[in-house]
Parts: sequence; C-alpha cells; structure tokens
Amino acid sequence: MGKIVVIARLAIRDLLYRPAQAVLLLLAISAATTVLSLALALHGVTQHPYQQTATATRGPDLVVQLGGVQGPHKGVQSGIPSVVEAEAEKATHAAGVTAHSGPYPVADVAMRADGHTVLVQAEGRDQAAAAVDQPKVTAGSWVRPGGVVLEREFAEAVGATVGDRVSLDGHPYTVVGIAVTAAAPPYPNMCSVNCTIAFPPGVQGSNRVGLAWVDERDASSLAVADGGPPFYVLNLRLADPAQAEAVAGDLGVPNAFNVTTWQSIAAADGLLVQDEQQVLLPGAWLAGLLAIACVAVLAGGRMAAQGRRVGLLKAVGGTPGLVTVVLLAENLALALLAAAIGLAAGWLAAPLITSPGAALLGTAGAPSLTPTVAAIVVAVALAVALAATLAPALRSARTSTVSALAGAARPPRRRGTLIAVSRRLPVPFLLGIRLVARTPRRATLGAASVAVTTTGIVAVLTFHASVGERLGGASSGVTDPVVTRDEQMLLVLTVALLALAVLNAIITAWATLLDAGGSTALARALGATRSQLAAAIAAAQLLPAVPGAIVGVPLGVGLFAAANGGGGAATTFPPVASLIPAVLAILVAVTGLAAIPAWVGSRRPVTELLAQDAS
Amino acid sequence: MKGKGKAVTDGGKFMLRANDVSKTYGTREALVRAVDGVDLDVAHGETVAVMGPSGCGKSTLLHLLGGLDRPDAGELWIAGQRIDQMNERGLAAIRRDAVGFVFQAFHLMDELTAVENIELPALLAGRSPRAARRRAAELLDQVGLADRARHLPAELSGGQRQRVAIARALANEPLVVLADEPTGNLDSEATVEVLRVFDSLHQAGQTLVIVTHDSRVAATADRLVSMRDGTFVDETRLTGGASGRLGSLVNLDG
Repeated sequence: MGKIVVIARLAIRDLLYRPAQAVLLLLAISAATTVLSLALALHGVTQHPYQQTATATRGPDLVVQLGGVQGPHKGVQSGIPSVVEAEAEKATHAAGVTAHSGPYPVADVAMRADGHTVLVQAEGRDQAAAAVDQPKVTAGSWVRPGGVVLEREFAEAVGATVGDRVSLDGHPYTVVGIAVTAAAPPYPNMCSVNCTIAFPPGVQGSNRVGLAWVDERDASSLAVADGGPPFYVLNLRLADPAQAEAVAGDLGVPNAFNVTTWQSIAAADGLLVQDEQQVLLPGAWLAGLLAIACVAVLAGGRMAAQGRRVGLLKAVGGTPGLVTVVLLAENLALALLAAAIGLAAGWLAAPLITSPGAALLGTAGAPSLTPTVAAIVVAVALAVALAATLAPALRSARTSTVSALAGAARPPRRRGTLIAVSRRLPVPFLLGIRLVARTPRRATLGAASVAVTTTGIVAVLTFHASVGERLGGASSGVTDPVVTRDEQMLLVLTVALLALAVLNAIITAWATLLDAGGSTALARALGATRSQLAAAIAAAQLLPAVPGAIVGVPLGVGLFAAANGGGGAATTFPPVASLIPAVLAILVAVTGLAAIPAWVGSRRPVTELLAQDAS
Repeated sequence: MKGKGKAVTDGGKFMLRANDVSKTYGTREALVRAVDGVDLDVAHGETVAVMGPSGCGKSTLLHLLGGLDRPDAGELWIAGQRIDQMNERGLAAIRRDAVGFVFQAFHLMDELTAVENIELPALLAGRSPRAARRRAAELLDQVGLADRARHLPAELSGGQRQRVAIARALANEPLVVLADEPTGNLDSEATVEVLRVFDSLHQAGQTLVIVTHDSRVAATADRLVSMRDGTFVDETRLTGGASGRLGSLVNLDG
C-alpha cells in the first residue's frame, strides 16, 4: 500500500510540476484516441436508418429483375410481355412469398438537369399505392404522366428540387416529387449490388446511376425510344425475411437476371459510413504513430532530465522495479486520461459523421461505443505510452545510483563521417549535423514523424487526384455524396495529423534544445550567434525531415491504394504541381516550428547553461 | 588601488578595461551583488590572477569581461572597443575573435576528438576546414598533445583535457584568454602540466586573466587581485611568470 501511495504521489506531483509537458503529452495521445474512437464507433450504425426506411416504405425482402436480355432491341409493346408476366406469376407464388408489387418496367435513360447529364434508371409506376415498396414522398407528390420523382440522395446530388425541369432521353419532364425507398441502394451506390445497365447514347460508362420514378407508360415508351433492352422489377415480401437468400435461390425464374436481397441493400446503404471507416481507420493508425513519436520524444527528453530524481529514489531505497513503475506511472495515467478524452470526444463527434445521408429516413442512432471499443481505445493509448516510454524508463532504472545522482547524461554518439562532412558546411549546418549525430534516435523519430505526416497528406492528395480522375467522366459536375463525406473525413483527419505533426515538431525541437543545452551554450561561448544556433536547431530538424518527407510520398500513395481496397487501377498519382509544394510546405513548417523553441531557448544566458552542464 | 574596488594599472594602452562594473542577481531580500563597482585594467601581454573565496564574484567578473554576460552598470572595453552596450551578435563576434575561454569543467564536446574540439572556434569563425585543421594541429603540438589528436575527451586525462581546452581557446588567436579555475578539477601533476602551458603563453606575450583558488596558479601572474563580496580588496604586483620568484617556488622552471 505504501508503495502505491509513493508511486501515485510522485506521479501526480511530477505531472503538476511540469503541466505544460503533461498537457502536450495528453494532447498527443488524445488526438490519436479520438480518431480511433470515431473509426470504431462507426461499426453497426447503419442498420437503424435502413430499417426505419424499410418500415416507412414497405421495403421489399427480395427485388427481382426480369427480362431485359442483352442483345438487339425487340421493342416493347403496350403491356407486359407474356414471358415476363409468366415468370412474375411464378415468382410471386414461390414458397415463402407473402406479397408483391410489380413487375414495373424500367428504362435506362440519360437525364439532363442543370447542365449535367446523368445515367438514370426510370422505374414505371402507377398512381395506386403498392403493397410492397411504395417510396415515401418527402417533397412534392407521386408520379403522374410527364412528371418524374427523384430519389432524394440523387436529387440532392444533381441539385434538383420539385418544380425543376429535366429531360429524360431528350423528353421534357417536371420534377414533381422527391422520395426515398428501401428497394435500392441510394445514389451513387445503386450499382454496388446487382445492376445491369444499358448505357443510353451520349452517356459514358459509369457505375454511378440515379433512381427515378415515372408514370408506367412513360417508362415503357422511354424504353422503346431508347432502344435498349427493357426489363421489369418485381418486389417481393417474404414470410421470413431472414430466409431471403434461400428463397432467392428457389424462385425458379430463368429470365430473372438479378435477384437482390434486402440484406444486400441494407449493406449497400451502409457504404457511406463504411467509406468513412476506410478513411478513418488508417488515419487512426497514422495518428497513433505520430502520437508514439510525440510521446517518445517528450518522454525521452524528460527521462534525461529525470536522472537526479532516479538517483534520489534509488538512494533512499527504491528498487529498479519501483523506479521503472514511478517513471511509467505518470505516462500511463496520462494515457488513461487521454483514452477517456478520446472516447468522450468520439462519442460526441460520431453523430456528426454517422448521418446515413439523404437516401434514408431517420438518424443513425447512438454510435456503438461498446465495452470492446472502449477496451481497444484504452489498450491503444496504453500501448502508445508504453511503446514510447518503457525503454527509457528501464534504462533510467538500470543507471547506477551515483551516476544518476550526478545527473550524468548518456554520452552523445559520435558519428565521425558526419562530423567530418559538417566541417565544410556553413555554421548552422555544421552545428545542425552535429546535433543530429549526437542523438540519432531522436533524428530517426523526427524522420518517422515527418514520414507519417507526409504519408497522410499525400494520401489526401492521392484521394483528390483519384476522385478527380474518376469524376472526370460523364457525371462530372454532379456531387458525389460519398466523395463529399470522404472529403469531410479527410479534412478532420488532416487537421488531426497536422496538429499532431505541429506538436511533434515543437516537442522534438524542444527536446533537442534540452539535450544540446550544454553544447549550444559552449558554441555561443566560442562565438556562435543566437541566430546561428536557432538555425542550427532548425537544421537539426530539417535534415532528418527531408528523407522522412521523401519516404512519405510513396507511402501515402500506397496507403490510399490499400485503403481503397487495393484497387491499384483506381489510384492516380497526385500531380507534381501539388505534390512538391505540399512536401516543401511540410519541410518549411517543420523547420519554422523548430526555430520557435530554438529561438526562445537561445535567450537563456550562456553562463547559466554552462553552469548547468558542468554540475 | 584607487579606493574601494579599484585595481587599475598605469598607462593608457589596455587590452581589457572594466570601469565601475556591477552585476546583481535576484531581487529585494534575495539580491546578490555578485560584482559591485569593480574597476580593472589589464595591459597587453599582462597576466592577471583573480583570487577569492567561493561565491565572491570571480567567475561572474570573468564572464562579464568576456562578453558571456552583461553588466547591470559600468563600462567594459576590449582592445579599445566598448562591449557592454553591444548587441548579442556583436558580443558573439567578440567571443569568437577577441576572447578565448578556458573553463574549470573543460566543456569539451564529448563526441568530438581533441583536434575537432580545437578547430571548432575556427570553423565557427568561417575559416576553411583545411586552415582550421592546420591551426588545430599546431596548437595540439604547442600544448604537447600532438599524439592525442584523434582521441575523444573520455580517452584523455584531466590535465590533457584542459590542455585541449586551452588550445581551443587559442584557436582564433584571441587578444585575451580568460581562464575560470583552470586547475580546479585537476590533481597536482595535471595542474603543473596546465601551468606550464599558461607560462608559455605568458612568455609569448598572450594577455591572460585567470580566476583561481590556487595560489600556485596565482603565483605565475604579473599581478594578483583579491576579491571578496563582489569587490576588489587587494592587489599585489608579482615578479611575474614561471621564471620569477614565485614561479620558481612552484617549480615550473625546472
């Protein structure tokens, strides 16, 4: 019990004695745990809106697409072809089917609205309410001849509202309503599940397809005019929706080219949030790595200053084990606090990013911050603190008591080649290279943190380049809700990464200054100016930052490709015009931020630093 | 001596001059007058030893003389150039070109070899690496450590380290060398090694100010100034140098 009191007291007192360092450490770990909490909290938040929408629209358990065999257009007469009718009859009487609607004709048409041309599947409907899949009108009214109802997410993407004029395959229509449905995934993911598209003339290939409803006869005539293969949609309700997959397999309709279960649709509805996760999870790991670098530098710097404390503890009987625990306790306590902050921030911020989008009704509900998620976040926070502080704590605990009491710092490394090279360089680089050579581990950490930051920034640039490439086709100019949401996530992530990188740069420079206090004071005594020393500290950060930034470029592109499902083909290398300024900006920022503590530190009197170094 | 706290030489050509210089630390009750109205003139080629008990302000005075610290009041001159009003950049130039420091704790860069430590001021002054190395080699030879050029400080004895530090102080051919307790961390044998070097510098006409506790070191000087509570309390003109009477006493000449 006594030991616990001692450990707690020492940890708390030390934290209170150095509040600025404690706050920096807390900020670093909290940033990582917040991003991680957000990413993990997105699990399972999408089912709720789909179910609400399915209830409100009498959502189908199975959606069957009939007819529409690819090949020469056979023409569509008024009424449903007998073969389709026969198959629909068979499907509606299949075991387990309790209700149905359709078959409804569907035409693949080019919709022109507000200067954009977008591929649309126009489903023919009548005025009567359907028993299964009756889209819920959220604005305007239901279909009528000459009028088109647009799926809500799609309408938002093209900027269409009730009363707007659009054209379908060149025929003028009025937007009479906006509606939501649970029978198809929302724009732009409609074709993320079963989808067969006949591209109308003038529309380039794209899997981004909008959904619209028109009068049934309008749909048929659009299909005829289009010349594409007509097909029909049949919506089925099952006695046991959980058996949708099994029933789909037993329908026995040979011309059913697509059968989609409600589970597939629900999963596709969640693509928006899944995409966010694809962005946030790698981002959380990047933030975690930056946090480790931050904490390692901070803790390493503090450990160096804690030599006498270690000596005193050992002199009064503290075992190496006790010393290790004391040194770790405060960092672990901060990590726990940071985990709590991250979880709370994640809990508060998750609703902002778990909106299901305009395609679904209701809200996502509470994010799933389960005990498992909490445990993962706490474990990661503790791992960050441990990874960064265990080695220096063990090293301090092993130091001899006399050396520790004397405050003997670890002797700096000698890198003869670097010293020899530096002799030929201007004073800031001469001193900067020697500072780097003294503390190669810190330089490595600095390089790693710049590499991680560059990786994140380049991944964002690659995202924009790849999306720009993808959107450069037929649907250019039309908002993609997934891209928009991804951009929001990337913005959050970029801000978090930059904040951590800024912290890291300042902390690293501070630690370098702390470590090099004696040698920089000596350089001043020998005639180096304050600005030369500030420039030297900045150079000491810049030198390892350069390889870090260079390595970060391919890593960033690779990270985007990996997060993008390994789709190398969909990855576009960012243009050099944006890449080079971004990398240079990172290097300038690292150098500039390092100059701040360097300049402040250089104001300390030389005599004070020399006395400190000699004691 | 011209009254309290005065130790001024005759003549007008001073290498170093302090005029009513004061330096305080702390405030109110905790105010410490480290240097209190001190006057000091050091002539070209003169060796002055400053003695006094710990905390009497010797080191502070040395730091002020060398532009490592700024006085609160008074004037400081080096070779006719007033330095107490100089900005930091100007002081850096003075430290680099006009002053050489020798510290009690050596203050060598642990990761640099002896020759690399010595050439550092020359490199900071913008000399070519070749010229800096040549000068460092000469100085190493001068202090008797030519065979230790590539040794790290940890591989040298205390006396050898201090000789390297002295060589470093001479790298830019300073007008004055300021030594703060140069033998404070050394045993007798090492002290004699260092004193031999100072003696040779003195013989060569190098201006030296040595702060010390050690009467053997003080005995090598031309003039001994005693300091207490921030002021000069006594001044003694000595025979001067290792070849003088006091120098003979400490056995430096043979």
